[in-house]
Amino acid sequence: MSSLPLDINYKYCKACGICYDLCPKKAVSGDDQGKIVLRNPQLCVKCGICESHCPDYVIFLRR
Amino acid sequence: MRPELQKLFRMEKLPHIWCPGCGHGIITRAIGEAIAESDINLDKTVIVSGIGCSSRAPGYMNFDTLHTLHGRALAFATGVKLANPELNVFVITGDGDATAIGGNHFIHAARRNIDLNVILFNNNIYGMTGGQYSPLTPTGKMASTSPYGNPENNFDIPALAIAAGASYVARGTAFHDKLLIECIKEGIKNKGFSLIEAMSMCPTSYGRRNKMGNAADMLNDLKRIAVNINVAKKLPPEKLEGKFLIGKLHHKPYPEFTQEYDKLILKLQKGAE
Ligand SMILES: Cc1ncc(C[n+]2csc(CCOP(=O)(O)OP(=O)(O)O)c2C)c(N)n1
Ligand code: SF4
Ligand code: SF4
Ligand code: SF4
Ligand SMILES: [Mg+2]
Repeated sequence: MSSLPLDINYKYCKACGICYDLCPKKAVSGDDQGKIVLRNPQLCVKCGICESHCPDYVIFLRR
Repeated sequence: MRPELQKLFRMEKLPHIWCPGCGHGIITRAIGEAIAESDINLDKTVIVSGIGCSSRAPGYMNFDTLHTLHGRALAFATGVKLANPELNVFVITGDGDATAIGGNHFIHAARRNIDLNVILFNNNIYGMTGGQYSPLTPTGKMASTSPYGNPENNFDIPALAIAAGASYVARGTAFHDKLLIECIKEGIKNKGFSLIEAMSMCPTSYGRRNKMGNAADMLNDLKRIAVNINVAKKLPPEKLEGKFLIGKLHHKPYPEFTQEYDKLILKLQKGAE
């Protein structure tokens, strides 16, 4: 678990789509409700764009 | 949210009430980052706001906070700072709060150069009350009170703040969060009236009515339209049409109000001896 690049507080996600629209590597995407899912963790380059642009503080990037 | 930042928030109040994709959450976080990276005493820091969606931000922040009256954040903050000048006083306000009902407080707080760090969340609309146009709604844009497009001109907030006497003026956006954090940190260091216009977005009451797409599209619009002032200096005027500048726009320190006021008190006390 702790080897994943992102820690996600799924229950706070409001499905706005910002994180997966802005992710340059498409490591995150939306599930059937539009909420965040870390579908391709191996693609994540830890840029932090999703973390700092999520209006709901759902994402914590392990640095 | 990273653990060091969590200390600056009232985590038990989350999730916040803002709509999905509201830019205010991004800016509130940037304020937290700027405070975390600044060397200020958190126990001597007060955050004051007026009324609006933006003005709800201090409710999520773990400081002494004051949620006051619509348009009156700067009036309350002036009182707090004058009563105890050693406090670090932040003001969180919206475009409606600061420039419509609170417009007079805005110019006079700037004119006094009182040491306040003002972060103006500009989403170009009265978000909370359902999308009435504000003095910062651009000409031609749709609002519930301008269903044929806004016929009025909008303020240029940095220009207004500079003309009124603000000693530090900058602009950032919800997209350019790192620059915004740097601007807020510089504003904290400035001993005087610091105004940081933070371009936000309101997908619910503004974006939808103006067919601006989803929240990410609105963030990408901010990315596209903003030009860093250092880049803009090298560009011909025609390249800047329809754009706005971001970064440090003005910094000219001069005597600060509460310090001058204390000097006056001292002088009069000496005279009375
Ligand atoms: C004296 C008074 N007049 C009007 C209102 C209604 N009102 C509440 S918030 C608001 C506008 C807020 O707009 P803004 O400051 O831009 O904040 P936003 O919701 O867009 O973040 C208005 C007109 C009020 N609460 N009090
Ligand atoms: S850190 Fe960057 S690459 Fe990784 S998921 Fe977030 S936006 Fe995508
Ligand atoms: S940006 Fe945040 S709230 Fe929006 S979809 Fe991604 S995780 Fe959810
Ligand atoms: S109405 Fe607009 S400003 Fe208010 S919370 Fe919703 S998106 Fe944000
Ligand atoms: Mg507003």
